[in-house]
Parts: sequence; structure tokens; C-alpha cells
Amino acid sequence: MKASEAVLMQSKAEIKIWKKQRDFLRKLNKFKWLLLMTLPGVAYLFINNYIPMYGVILAFKQYNYADGIFGSPWSGFDNFKFLFNSPDAYTITRNTIGYNIVFIFLNLVLALLTALLINEIKEKVVSRFYQSMFLLPHIVSMVIVAYLVYSFLNMESGLINRLLDKWLDKEAIAWYSEAKYWPYVLVIVNAWKHVGYLSIIYFAAIIGIDKEYYEAATIDGAGKWRQMTRITLPLIAPVITTMTLLSVSGILRSDFGLFFQVPMNTGALLSTTNTIDTFVYRAMLTLGDIGMSSAAGIYQSFISLLLILAANYAVRLVNKQDALF
Amino acid sequence: MLTKQKLDQFGIHTFFTLFTIGSLLPFVLIFMVSISDESSISANGYSLLPTSISFAAYRFLLYDFTEIARAYGVTILCTIIGVMVSLFNTTLLAYPLSRMELPFRRSLSFYIFFTMLFSGGMVPWYLTFVNLVPVKNTLLAMIIPGMLLSAFNVLLMRSFFSHSIPDSVVEAGIMDGASEFQVFQKIIVPLSLPIMATIGLFTTLAYWNDWYNCLLFIDSPALYNVQYLMTKTLTNIQFLLMRADSSAQAGELLAKMPRETVRMALAIVGIAPLLFAYPFFQKFYISGITSGAVKG
Repeated sequence: MKASEAVLMQSKAEIKIWKKQRDFLRKLNKFKWLLLMTLPGVAYLFINNYIPMYGVILAFKQYNYADGIFGSPWSGFDNFKFLFNSPDAYTITRNTIGYNIVFIFLNLVLALLTALLINEIKEKVVSRFYQSMFLLPHIVSMVIVAYLVYSFLNMESGLINRLLDKWLDKEAIAWYSEAKYWPYVLVIVNAWKHVGYLSIIYFAAIIGIDKEYYEAATIDGAGKWRQMTRITLPLIAPVITTMTLLSVSGILRSDFGLFFQVPMNTGALLSTTNTIDTFVYRAMLTLGDIGMSSAAGIYQSFISLLLILAANYAVRLVNKQDALF
Repeated sequence: MLTKQKLDQFGIHTFFTLFTIGSLLPFVLIFMVSISDESSISANGYSLLPTSISFAAYRFLLYDFTEIARAYGVTILCTIIGVMVSLFNTTLLAYPLSRMELPFRRSLSFYIFFTMLFSGGMVPWYLTFVNLVPVKNTLLAMIIPGMLLSAFNVLLMRSFFSHSIPDSVVEAGIMDGASEFQVFQKIIVPLSLPIMATIGLFTTLAYWNDWYNCLLFIDSPALYNVQYLMTKTLTNIQFLLMRADSSAQAGELLAKMPRETVRMALAIVGIAPLLFAYPFFQKFYISGITSGAVKG
């Protein structure tokens, strides 16, 4: 009796599993065309993103072109040792992080200010006009930006040197050979290019706020300033958090175009313009040092991954809804 | 009270007028330089108000326009093909992900999302496209690596599908005996034209402005696109002469070339299409940024 009951139970369980499998296969069959549709995209990401991830082993190899990725001999942590013993490691890390901290803070403040002010403009046409004007720098390439900067900083005929000469009676400055000026130049250029764009994102968040809050605040006698600090800013805080979170987790990444094109790839400026990304490019293509340049790339990628996970975890602790994932 | 309000408005408009001038001034400056007379530049430098106007720089560029025209051909070709293939792939990947019952939906989403979190770095990526998929020194190098599919755009489009196309629409289509492909082609694609236009615009700008792939993968000047031609010319103005038939001809051209102004004229020729198109797409571009920013 008992034995047959057990057999029955077992076969019931088997039938359940079998049914589940059958349902799954039916579902697979039903969705086969949809799954097939994803194939080109999945294959592309595999080649463009996942195969290079496997390439992290390059950083632990003594790469030579003849043997390729797999044939080249292992070298342990030699590439990393070489990288971190060179003075470059400190310079590029300092530059990348230093610029990013200034960019994040300055761009956030300027963009919020712009967004708050554009919200005060009542005429829609005028507001649109301003927006399209300060968004213009965002759509041009860094090559064009390099030309624009050159027209200001060129030693002989650049606008700034001419103005220095004319109005302040000062000597011309050799901008493209004096590294000490470039932190200012790059911060200004970066703000010029991105503040308009960021402010439009914040402005979109501000428009989304329910007008009733402001009406109630006005009745209670709150002035503009109080409304901004007590209503607008707290209500767009999630957007500010997300945007800042993204920037902070990218603190070891830099805009290659900004640091390569704008200083016109000038050797004399490297102490203040070399970042991890430009360093990797030069180490790979100019020096041909595949091992060390991939080690630098891995250093950047791993710390960035840790940062984004940590930043996201921190936000989850405070407010789950603001987290990225 | 009223005067304070007016004062505030005045302050705000002053702020934005200055901001607008700041955004436009550099473009005006290079335009003014490009139409300046070479002699006025050597006397006064770059100036917003040139003392004498000359179109010598443009005439010089027109004299041998083949180089620029060919670079434009490369840019236009790569942009058109790139945008079309990219939109096609993005839609094909995003739509199935928006169907809740799709098998492996979560794994697929993670597969896409993870590419935004971690990368193997530029070196292995570069070697992949040199060794495994040999695109070096071909037009494909300016179409495929890095730009053909953006994970962010896929996720953006997926959330568009799940928010604005109700499941009932798809179910009704299937009930009426349409295949998944027919549903996709006849219902989904027409409904998703707005998001396709937005992503298409962003992708167009990315391809149009690209010089990075050209810098990495292209050695032969015959394949340079406009952005990279401009990069080369910025550091070395003589680059424009490299196609001259003989060194004697190159020397003659070099002597005739208005060096300072021709560089800026090339920059103007390089941004002109974008600046002319901007008034027509700016409204759409702004709404595209905001829809991407406040996604679910």
C-alpha cells in the first residue's frame, strides 16, 4: 500500500516536471520568432562588448603580435607593476579624478541655476529660443570645439592674446605650451559644452512638478527663493541624485575628445591634460605597449564597476526608488 | 512689488542674453576669421570685426574641392548606413524585451544592461576589431565598432514599448491570426515612429560627429571623413595640399594659401550642414533629451 502510494506520488511529480518542460517548450515555440529577432543585436553586443571583456587577460600577458592574445606568454602582474611604478600612473589618476570632481560640482551648480531661471520665464517662445541657443555647443563635435578654442588661444593671432595686448598691455601667452593654464581652459570648455544640456534635463524635471504646490506656497506667503529651496529642489532631488550618481561612478573615465582634441595632442601640456583614456591611447598606438595600456584600461574598468555598485548601494540604503538598479 | 518683479525679469533676461552670446560667440569668431583678409589678420589678429573682408580662403578651398567632397561622401555614406542598420537592430532587440512573457527576458535584459556597467577597455576592443573582425582601413570601421547599437537606446526604446503600446493591441493582432512578424511590421513599427525618430536623430549626430573610429582604424587619407580631415588640418594646415600632383605644385599652392583664414574656412565648411539643419531639428532634439531623461 505504502509503496504504491510512493510510486504514485513520484509519478505525479514526474508528470508535473514533464508538464512544466512541455509548457516551456511550447512557450519557446510560441516566441521563437521574437527570440530570433533579438539575434543580430545580441550577436553585436557579444562581439563589441563581451569579447573585449574576455580581453582583460591581455593585461596579464606579455603581448606580441605574432603570438596573438592566446599565444603570448603570461606575465603575471608585471604590467600593473610597471604601470604603477611609472610617474604617469599618479598624474593620470590625479588629472582624471581632479577634473571630474570640478566638472561634476561646477556643472551641477550652473545647470541647476540655469534650469531654475529658465523656469521663471513666462513667454514660451523666448524660453525655447534661449534653450536652443545654449544647447548648440552640445551638438558640435570636439574637433569643432578644438577649432573654436584655437581661435581664442592661438599664440600670434588668437583673440585672447590680442585683447591682452590691446586692453591690458600684457605680453602674449603661449597657451599651447604652458600646462598651468589648461585646468582653467578645460573646465571652461567642458562647462560651455555641457551646462546647457544638463540644465534642460533639470528643467524637464522642474516642469513635471505639480503647480498646486506653488499656489499653496504663494498663499502661505512664501517668496520665490523659499519656493525654490523648499519645493523645487527637494522635488527634483531624485533626478539630481541619479545624474550625479552616474557622474560619480564615471569619475575614472574621461572625455577622450576633450583631453585629446582640445589641447591638440600637445606633448608640452601632458602634465595637466593627460588622463587615463588619453594615456591608454598613447601607450597603445604610440608606444605599442599593449600589456601596460590594457592594464591601465582594466584598472579603470574595475574601479568604475566597483564605484557604480557602491554608489547604487548607498542610494538604495537612503531611498530605494532613486537607485539605478 | 511690481517693480521688483520687473527687475527680476530684467535680471533673468540679462543672464540668458549673456549665456546666448557666450554660446554663439566662438562660432561667430571663426566665421569672421574665415572671411577676413589675410593681411588684416597679420595686423590685428583674429577679430570679431575684420577691417577688410575677403573670400580668398573659400576660393582656395573651392579651387581643389575634391578632398573635402570625398570626405563628405564618406561621412554621409557611413551616417546613412550606420543609422539605418542601428535603428533596425535597436528596434528588433527592444521590442521582444518589452513583451512580458518572453522566455529569458530577464537574462537578456541583464545581458544588455551589463555592457553599460563594465567594459574590457579600449585595447582589447581595438584588437577585436583589428584581428577578429578585420575592419581596419575599410569604411566599415566608421560604421561598426562601438556605434552600431547602444544599450542605452535599446533600454530607452524598450520602456517606450512597454509604456505606450498596450498588450491588448498585440494580443488582438495575434487573435486575428497575424504572425509575430506581421504584428511587428504592421502594428509596432508604425506606432513607434516617434521614438525611432528620436533615437535616429541621436544616432545621426553620433555618426556625423565621429572622428574617434577614424583616428583609430583609418590610415589611408582617401577614407578620412570630414571630422578627421578637420582634425588633421587643425594641427597641420599643409595637410590640405597632400593630394597635389607634384611637390612643385604643392609649393606653389602653399605660397598662395591664406594660411590663417583657410583653416577657419574649413571649420565653417565642416559645421555648415549641422548649423543649417539645427533650426529644423532643435525643437525635436530638446524634446528627445527630456523624454530620455525622465524615462521610467
